Amino acid sequence: MLHVRSDYETVIRPTKGWLNVDVAGLWNYRDLLGVLVHRDFVAKYKQTVLGPLWAIIQPLMTTMVFAVIFGGIARISTDGVPPFLFYLTGLLGWNFFASTFTGASNSLAANVGIFGKVYFPRLVVPISTVVSGFIALGIQLLTFLPVWIYYAFFTPAGAAIDVSWPSLIVLFPLVLLQIALLALGSGLWMSALTAKYRDFAFLSGFIVQLWMYATPVIYPLSAVPARWRWVAAINPMTVPIDAIKMMFLGQGSVEPMHVALSLAMTAAILFGGLVVFSKVERTFIDTV
Amino acid sequence: MSIITARSISKRYRLGTLNAATLREEIQSLWDRWRRGNAAPAPDAPRDDDFWALRDVSFDIQEGDVVGIIGGNGAGKSTLLKVLSRITEPTYGEARIRGRVASLLEVGTGFHPELSGRENIFLNGTILGMSKGEVKAKFDEIVDFSGIEKFIDTPVKRYSSGMYVRLAFAVAAHLDPEIMIVDEVLAVGDGEFQKKCLGKMKSIHESGRTVLFVSHQLNMLTSLCTRGIVLKQGTVSFDGPVDEAVLHYRRHAGQRGEATMDFEQAGMRVGDSAAVLHRVRLETVEGRACNTFELQESIVMRIEYSLFLPAQRCAVPSFFVFDGMGDMLFVSVAVAADFGEAINRPGRYIASSTIPGGLLNTGTFTLGVQLVWMNPDVHKPFFEQNVMTFQVSERLDEQAERTRSGYMGEHPGTIRPVLPWEIRSVDSAAHKPA
Repeated sequence: MLHVRSDYETVIRPTKGWLNVDVAGLWNYRDLLGVLVHRDFVAKYKQTVLGPLWAIIQPLMTTMVFAVIFGGIARISTDGVPPFLFYLTGLLGWNFFASTFTGASNSLAANVGIFGKVYFPRLVVPISTVVSGFIALGIQLLTFLPVWIYYAFFTPAGAAIDVSWPSLIVLFPLVLLQIALLALGSGLWMSALTAKYRDFAFLSGFIVQLWMYATPVIYPLSAVPARWRWVAAINPMTVPIDAIKMMFLGQGSVEPMHVALSLAMTAAILFGGLVVFSKVERTFIDTV
Repeated sequence: MSIITARSISKRYRLGTLNAATLREEIQSLWDRWRRGNAAPAPDAPRDDDFWALRDVSFDIQEGDVVGIIGGNGAGKSTLLKVLSRITEPTYGEARIRGRVASLLEVGTGFHPELSGRENIFLNGTILGMSKGEVKAKFDEIVDFSGIEKFIDTPVKRYSSGMYVRLAFAVAAHLDPEIMIVDEVLAVGDGEFQKKCLGKMKSIHESGRTVLFVSHQLNMLTSLCTRGIVLKQGTVSFDGPVDEAVLHYRRHAGQRGEATMDFEQAGMRVGDSAAVLHRVRLETVEGRACNTFELQESIVMRIEYSLFLPAQRCAVPSFFVFDGMGDMLFVSVAVAADFGEAINRPGRYIASSTIPGGLLNTGTFTLGVQLVWMNPDVHKPFFEQNVMTFQVSERLDEQAERTRSGYMGEHPGTIRPVLPWEIRSVDSAAHKPA
């Protein structure tokens, strides 16, 4: 006869309260997290000739397009940094944010089939997109670092690049963590809204684009006119992107006030995202 | 001590569509609540379009029970299983479950077509709640049970639907949960594999596990289950030994006697984003709705459905006919090539097919419908196994007396095809009376 572990009791009842994050449940499903990351990675590059090489090619191509359009034609200032390096650095942080945000936004709608049949903590899926985002970032770093080393140490332009090594080693991981949490938080908002109103699925691509132009990715923060400074200040992505540029290029104008505001916004978005997501995940399957 | 305790489980669905008006209402009510505290009506306030899929469902299930959940369409079976497997929350009520639950509401959950069989075993296993280590430990057993060793590194999109199901069931069968929830799994696969599955279910039961089982194959329920819970319109209408439960259900199902099942009107959404089922109707050749047919009378089955997404390969409806014991008698699938591209486009369709008179024997039959949508992978937007029952009867008139050669007793068999006969005398001379 099987012995039932009496310590393992599940109580099913309507959830009350604001925030219900099942931390123990998430930990129990940590293996699923890994498998989902593997699934997304494999499925993404199946039947492509170049495979994960696309993770390298894509940002390089975007950078070249930016260098031609914004640097060559529109002649937007890069604060004296070689345009190619400037855009590549901006995109390093931005692509990480954008891919994680998009992935997390789709997490409910894209997995309806699974959620309709099996229970597991739904939060595993958006968290898995964060892990996937980190992997893509790692691949991107492989292209970024050689380019950066070349410009910084082997070209005359490198003389202008003032690398602050200590902050690079200590703060860079923290900045990436902030981007990850911000992308997760805003992605949770989007996925909860999309689950209910599909209209947001159409909006999300547009939001990412608009958000990028509102963030100093293709232009330096110093080029923002004074009357638009407030936009840069309330945009929580401004600080991390500018901080990355500061670390690698020695160019940037992050103010302590902005850092505090950006961190507060990130925390608020993440907390709000968890609240709406945990509210929607309980019954969203009833409305699909 | 019971392993599952359900107390007054109730589940409400809000019917009606979400649109701009609901978004406006929602923002309005949020605004009102914010301004007036909690004085404004809560979003839980009863509304006209409320539909209670479950109402005050209570029961206790003991360790080792194998319980069949029986009920017609819309009785609340699936909702109950969904609540117990935590896919959705009850509106009211509470259930306590001691032990790990594995729900098997449909096999192959989370299978990714691009991944290989091996990768999918890990994906599916972890989705169902196993750790990677547990999957690894059982990997060989799973592959062995599925019988697809040769194709284990092939992407599952190249699998036949039979192989797919076998692999999926193999993973689920090796979960070793304390409580297993099974919904209509065994209807697929060949006879050999079904036997294997039944054996596995039996051994799961013998090892002391608790099984909750939903199937329309009533005879399978009686052979596997010890207890039956009959649901009717969201409430428990019978709870007791499985034989009595099946009898109870059959008695009431027989009384239903409807020739039209209108899912659309009943507010039931059967299907998914690719297609939905609107109604199913049985009628005579003259087009009169009917659910009792004469032995020689043709039976017209009619289905109305909508396609929302175009199908690359084809989208064909099919009819399933089950006998009184719930065994599948036959399936009839529309031949896609006969209709061409026209039936693959989004739109509303009415399809019909006819069972010729003089094929089925007298008795009670159950009609099921399914839509196969291939894009190009096989997907089934809906598969309703128990849409309605119908009777075939025989009027014992002169005609019957002639065809039965005067024998007026029971004619055995589930079908009774009229076959051509030939009898000729051979070597008659040898038997001439001397």
